[in-house]
Amino acid sequence: MDTIQFILNGMMREALSPQTAAVAIAVIGLNIHFGFTGLLNMGQSGFMLLGAYGFAISISNGLPMILGILFGFGAAFIFALVLGAPTLKLRGDYLAIVTISAAEIIRYVGRSALLVDFTGSAQGIPGSQYTTGFRNLSFFGTGSFTLIPFNYTDVADGAAWVRIIGWIVAIAVIVLIVMRFRSGNAFKGLLQSAGMAGLLVFGVLLLFFLFPVPYQSTGVSGWWVRFVAWGLALLCTLVVFLLVRSPWGRLLRGIREDEDAIRSLGKNVFSIKMQALIIGGLFGALGGMVYVLSSSVQPDSMGRSLTFFCYTALLLGGAATIFGPVLGSVLFFAGRIGIKYTAAAYVPDSIMSNQQTEQFSYIVVGVALMLIVIFRPQGILGNKRELRFNV
Amino acid sequence: MRRGVAGLILALLLAPVLALISSGPASAVDTLCLPGPDKACIAGTIRTEDGPLADVKLTVTDEAGTATEVTTSETGKWNVQVEKEGPYVVKVDESTLPKDLVVDTGEVTVAAKFGVTKPALLTIRTADYSASTSKFDELVQSTVNGLRLGLLLALASVGLSLIYGTTGLSNFAHAEQVTLGGMLGYLLINQHGLGLWIGGLVVVILCAFTGWFQDRVLWQPLRRRGLGLTQMMIVTIGLSLALQYVYQYTVGARTVRVLQDNPSVREFGPVTITNQSIVAMVISVIVLAGVGYALLRTRIGRATRAVSDNPALASASGIDTDRVIRLVWTVAMGLAGLSGLLYALVTNGIKWDSGLQILLLLFAAVTLGGLGTAFGALIGAIIIGLVVELSPVLGMPGDFKYATALLILILLLLVRPQGLLGKPQRVG
Amino acid sequence: MSEQMADPKVDTGLADPAARRALTSGFDAVPGAGKPDPILVVDNIVRQFGGMTAVDVQHLEVQRGLITALIGPNGAGKTTFFNLITGFDKPTTAGKGAHWAFDGRTLDKTSASSVAQAGMVRTFQLTKALSAMTVIDNMMLGAQNQAGENLLKSMFRGTWAKQEKEIEAKADELLARFKLFEKKNDYAGSLSGGQRKLLEMARALMSDPKMIMLDEPMAGVNPALTQSLLGHIQNLRDEGMTVLFVEHDMHVVRHISDWVAVMAEGRLVAEGAADTVMSDPAVIDAYLGAHHDTDLGDDALLTDEALEEIAEEVAAEDAEREAEEEAEGLR
Ligand SMILES: Nc1ncnc2c1ncn2[C@@H]1O[C@H](COP(=O)(O)OP(=O)(O)OP(=O)(O)O)[C@@H](O)[C@H]1O
Ligand SMILES: [Mg+2]
Repeated sequence: MDTIQFILNGMMREALSPQTAAVAIAVIGLNIHFGFTGLLNMGQSGFMLLGAYGFAISISNGLPMILGILFGFGAAFIFALVLGAPTLKLRGDYLAIVTISAAEIIRYVGRSALLVDFTGSAQGIPGSQYTTGFRNLSFFGTGSFTLIPFNYTDVADGAAWVRIIGWIVAIAVIVLIVMRFRSGNAFKGLLQSAGMAGLLVFGVLLLFFLFPVPYQSTGVSGWWVRFVAWGLALLCTLVVFLLVRSPWGRLLRGIREDEDAIRSLGKNVFSIKMQALIIGGLFGALGGMVYVLSSSVQPDSMGRSLTFFCYTALLLGGAATIFGPVLGSVLFFAGRIGIKYTAAAYVPDSIMSNQQTEQFSYIVVGVALMLIVIFRPQGILGNKRELRFNV
Repeated sequence: MRRGVAGLILALLLAPVLALISSGPASAVDTLCLPGPDKACIAGTIRTEDGPLADVKLTVTDEAGTATEVTTSETGKWNVQVEKEGPYVVKVDESTLPKDLVVDTGEVTVAAKFGVTKPALLTIRTADYSASTSKFDELVQSTVNGLRLGLLLALASVGLSLIYGTTGLSNFAHAEQVTLGGMLGYLLINQHGLGLWIGGLVVVILCAFTGWFQDRVLWQPLRRRGLGLTQMMIVTIGLSLALQYVYQYTVGARTVRVLQDNPSVREFGPVTITNQSIVAMVISVIVLAGVGYALLRTRIGRATRAVSDNPALASASGIDTDRVIRLVWTVAMGLAGLSGLLYALVTNGIKWDSGLQILLLLFAAVTLGGLGTAFGALIGAIIIGLVVELSPVLGMPGDFKYATALLILILLLLVRPQGLLGKPQRVG
Repeated sequence: MSEQMADPKVDTGLADPAARRALTSGFDAVPGAGKPDPILVVDNIVRQFGGMTAVDVQHLEVQRGLITALIGPNGAGKTTFFNLITGFDKPTTAGKGAHWAFDGRTLDKTSASSVAQAGMVRTFQLTKALSAMTVIDNMMLGAQNQAGENLLKSMFRGTWAKQEKEIEAKADELLARFKLFEKKNDYAGSLSGGQRKLLEMARALMSDPKMIMLDEPMAGVNPALTQSLLGHIQNLRDEGMTVLFVEHDMHVVRHISDWVAVMAEGRLVAEGAADTVMSDPAVIDAYLGAHHDTDLGDDALLTDEALEEIAEEVAAEDAEREAEEEAEGLR
């Protein structure tokens, strides 16, 4: 029981971590690219890295935070323009190839010893150089606390049955939520929506109850950065919702299916694809800024693999859905940690060393990505009929 | 179909468990300086082109004139921790240097910053080493290096391009197949003591088999299922991820070598080149010529080009496209494996992400030549190889040599989107 | 918006066959003939694929307000010609004498989308229905100047909700006209081949074009519906729209076209009224080789008997489709 509790607590901590939120934001951007418009952006990590660099370099050189944010966005904006201009008129593969290469180039350049005074080369920029301003904005108190102070240990001395009942209820709630989503009318009508929202909130609180996650609220990994990160993730979800239900969103989906048809209807496909690339890239940059808020700017932590993780999270949650990116990211990171801890706890060291459990979890991620795409391309929330992505 | 995929996945998951060797710990780490919120580090390595220098003394002096002394370790590394930000002067104590050395830069000023390790670059060389080789000699040497890289890239990219041509798939896992060649070379030749030629042959055959096997259990069933090309491409990404970590799992994150002893070097006028490089280049040329001949002159080669040109038409005119594609996968993976093996020999080692690093160059080569054209890929690869090696000579900072290759690609796409040898496509 | 919808009904006087005949009788029926009021003028368009010349049109004018048919055997270059003038392909002679203008506006360097915005909208021979979108979404995409398609405005529903309603009303009307209204909320991918052709045509009409270019609009549409569609196309013309269409069915061509242009091997080989063109030896030659002496468009099929036969066929087809649908429902 204790091992399981330990594993699940770890998963909960990872699910809530600000970096998960950061990746979720980047995945929301990728969803605009790939999910809605069908753009094969294989360089989302490049957008993230640029956002992070713009943000961190400006601030560590004494500029105010707001300018740092603007520089981060500006860098991603220019990046999108430069990559889009030669490729968006061509077949989708070209964008993929150019973006993946360009993202790597950004990383190489960032690592370059020539730029050590700006990017800190391979070592990166430590968080202490740019997060002070952000931390000073915090209106959270200091000291250690869990998000909800009331957890399973407070009921009947934390007996096993409390947790088991809690678990059963939690699973029931999740199944209910999933079923409502799959029936397709999760948010139809006021009553339904309210019920659904209530269920979601209850589910989240229940999970907190079962897996208390204590955090210092002082340091960089405190609740403040979590609060901001997840707040931004939800805000981005809302923005995407507003965007894709509009005629503009309809255009994106049209382009995903057949550019020539849309062109024949008098729409400037190039410009719309460019808009999508830029918007998604800006989300990526924002994700990058959030990503480095709780740690440091490490060019190597934002390489190709991160882009691939973004794709896995997106496809897991469901491409071209509103909540898919957030759900996918949470499940991706929590799941990976779950696999890692489980392997560490139950596979003897002689078969799999501690180091290897980490790698094992990534092997599982790769295989999972293959399986999802082959057997459930619409992910958890997606609509199979709508999602025939042929770029 | 499900069984096939399940089989492959099982194999992937079991690979680490079945691994022949497990990763050893990294070599002893020198004492580290960890920068903190109120600590800064300055570090560097003292070495000549012959190797690191141990027991060299340096002084690090702050603005106030307070000096700290450090000595380099076995590996020539040194570092100091300082408690104040600001400029520090790092000076090498020339009396502690071995004889016959020339100090090019003996003193630098470094701006220390809290939370960061700042490098101090001091350059020292042996007396008879002339850093000022003529521009022309450098150009010749880099051209040879470029051709060498280009040929190795060509081996891999011809296969990548053929796969794209016959199936429409951009195979992101191609890079891992290149790595696989080097890794198998390490396992069979270095670890299990097979002879280089026999071992090399076995490596290529094994790699070709992985191609056959992949198509048999994965790609062909997926094609039959009508899985979209984008989806298939993401499957290759998943495969690439899984393979990368399988390599890390089994071999670890270190660089491994195919041969245990150091390669011997030859000089031809201004060009210095290892024997292995010469052999690698000769093998590449022969193999590429063979592939070219097969494509142009043999029945199966012509069938392959027909499928590349127009799969529907080819299958309507009685060509067994599935057979052609199976063969293409087999040959492509064999070539990728050979490329990886030679790459490991030439660059003296291979790592789990070596393939990843050249993936970018492979794609650039294939796109440059025209997606799907085998000969285009060949030309593209040579161009990319030359660009990468020559750009530093022509004034590009070494760190940006890959960026130059990409820049060329982007410019070409602007003027000739179909690549050098590609054809534009039909609308409507 | 609603004004615009009513607008095309300006009386150009061309509903009167005599007026149309008068328009086409004032000049010689030779390939590349000049017309009194051309809406589209094409000069020196050549397109080569490798060594093969797919299109080589020296001069062509399309008369405003009429229905012009573009016919020719398979591979004559009709689709390629469409691609060229609608900006989907570039002539080999681009910049070297190729020149074409629509409604007085030069289109030599105009992108496909700007051509459509200028009022010349096309459909495709191989339909491009957006199958993963609903029929109504397909239709809505056709409307021009939508405020909600602007990225900045799109987030604020208030700025486009009203226009969206108007567009939807217009789409409903067109869908009803093309017998697709019941399918409004189905995915376009579930439509039959003929229905997709209809959807594509209806979608093109959403933009209120000045000229519509249809690439084989009737291929795969059942005879009864063809009849009613021909009626619609004629109505469009009577309301002032110019129609250029590619068609292989000579009865259709003869039935509704006011003017016919014939292509063969990339060249314009004949022009004229349907009857004269179809008995033109050059045309018969192009289609059938030299040894054939019949008229291409034999109107015998358009007698009452034939129409009855067609009606029967249609009824049988409908029954069959219902049975199929039932079977599908059971599955
Ligand atoms: N992208 C292309 N590449 C090579 N050849 C092409 C291309 N597009 C068209 N062609 C060739 O140009 C010629 C004209 O083709 P086009 O599609 O215009 O014929 P069409 O008149 O529309 O015929 P149909 O009545 O059968 O539709 C054909 O011989 C065709 O093979
Ligand atoms: Mg055609």
